[in-house]
Formats: sequence, C-alpha cells, structure tokens
Amino acid sequence: MNPPVANPYFFYGLAAVMIIGGILVITRKNPVHSAMALITALLAQAGLYLMLYAPFVAGVQIILYAGGIMVLFLFVIMLIAIERNMKERQFNKQWLVGIIAAGALGGLFIAVYTTTTQGRVLFPEGRVSYVESDNTQRVASLLFDLHGGTYMFAFEIASLLLLVAIIGAVVMAKKRI
Amino acid sequence: MFDISTLHYLVLGAALFLLGVIGVLTRRNVVIVLMSIELILNAVNLNLVAFSRYWQGIHGASALHGQVFAIFVITDAAAEAAVALGILIAFFRNKETVNVDEVNLLKW
Repeated sequence: MNPPVANPYFFYGLAAVMIIGGILVITRKNPVHSAMALITALLAQAGLYLMLYAPFVAGVQIILYAGGIMVLFLFVIMLIAIERNMKERQFNKQWLVGIIAAGALGGLFIAVYTTTTQGRVLFPEGRVSYVESDNTQRVASLLFDLHGGTYMFAFEIASLLLLVAIIGAVVMAKKRI
Repeated sequence: MFDISTLHYLVLGAALFLLGVIGVLTRRNVVIVLMSIELILNAVNLNLVAFSRYWQGIHGASALHGQVFAIFVITDAAAEAAVALGILIAFFRNKETVNVDEVNLLKW
C-alpha cells in the first residue's frame, strides 16, 4: 500500500488550528468572529477525519456542519441585534468557578489517559490503515443493509427527530401561532 | 517515521471538550454558549472517529460503528441547533437581549 499523503506533522498543524479556533470561539466579543473561528476549527476537524480514514464523515462535516449549521448560526446572529450586547460585560461572575470546574475535568482526563493496567496505557497503539475507497459503502451497509443493517432503526428514529426539530423550530420562531 | 496514535486524538478531543465547557460556564452571550456546545459535540465526534479507527484495527475494515455514531451525533447537533436558535429568536423578541443571565421568564 502507498504511504498516506498526510504525514504525522499534518496532525499537529490541524490540531493547532483547532485549538486556536476553539480559544477564539470562547474569547471573542463579536459573535460573528466566534462563528468564523468555529468554521475554521470545523474545517480543520474535517482534515483530521480524512487522516483517520473517514472520508464520508469528513464530507458530512464540511457540508452539514460548516455549510449548514454554521450558516444557520450566522443567520440568527444577523437577525438579532448584537450591538447592545457587545457593549456589555462578556463573562459572567462565575468565571472563576467555571475555570476551576474545567480544571477538575481536565485533571480527570489526564488521570484516565495516563492510567496503566498491567503496564499498558488504556489506549495502546494498534491501528491499521485501510484504503478509503470503500469506506462509504461500508458505512452505508451498516446503516441500510437489509440483513446487516445494524443501525436501520436508529436511522429512522433520527429522521423522526429531524421532523420534530423542524416543527419545533418553526413553532418557536413564528411570531403568532 | 513516528506515528499518530489513538491517544493523540483523545487528548485533542479532551482539550476541545474543556474549551467548550469553559465557554458554556463563563460566557454571557447565548449564541456563544451554543457555539461552545457545538465545540463539545465536535470533541466527542473526534473521539468517536478515532475509536472507530482503533476498532477497525481489531475487528476488520467493516467495524465502522464509531463513524456511524458520529453521523448520528451530527444529526442531533443539527436538530439541537435549529430548535435552540428558534428559542433564541423567540426569547430575543420578548426581552430584546441575548444575555444568559436575563433568561428568567418563569420568575415574571
């Protein structure tokens, strides 16, 4: 098999873009700037999906997340007046508690990821590189195949969830029901 | 050449999750709180896809359950964003603000 085009240094580049994007999302004053930073982080994450041999999820990420959900966010930001909010204080009074809670959560993550059982870390190496060419077919056969479609019922439930969400969004945003 | 392991992706996912948690807990603007929730969901998705690749190494190329779960999470994120932004528009129409601290309509 040919070596992958994306060498391991790509991971660090994309990870840096994601982290910086995330920091910008939670620190910018203007929500539009936050949305742009989030779109950048989402696109970098699509690149990481490609490095993980998941081209279908990468495509869904770009089309649905960066293209659909974030456009919805930008629409709503421009529907509501943000000028007054931008003059106000941006962080609430519980920011110290929030930082402490996040630090405790981070300590938990570090404790879990450095745990060793019988001298091995919890998530050892052991990946195999597969070709991407049939990834979408395999995802589809998990979702739709009559005999092996493990997630067919969950897929139907997801369609019902989307229908409910459409109705809910219309009802919520309507001026007079 | 060195290799990128599953743990690399998990640490990146944890960092993004923490950024999202900080955003949810400290920001006052509802729109940015919702974006922080999107960050959290994306951190989970990254973990799921990394686990999917790890699982493929054990159970063969068809073991793509993590990727299917990631697709379901994206579906949920779309539904959640639509409903939450609808609620936000209704709230802004009533109170003329997007400040989380002023979401106290039940108090009257």
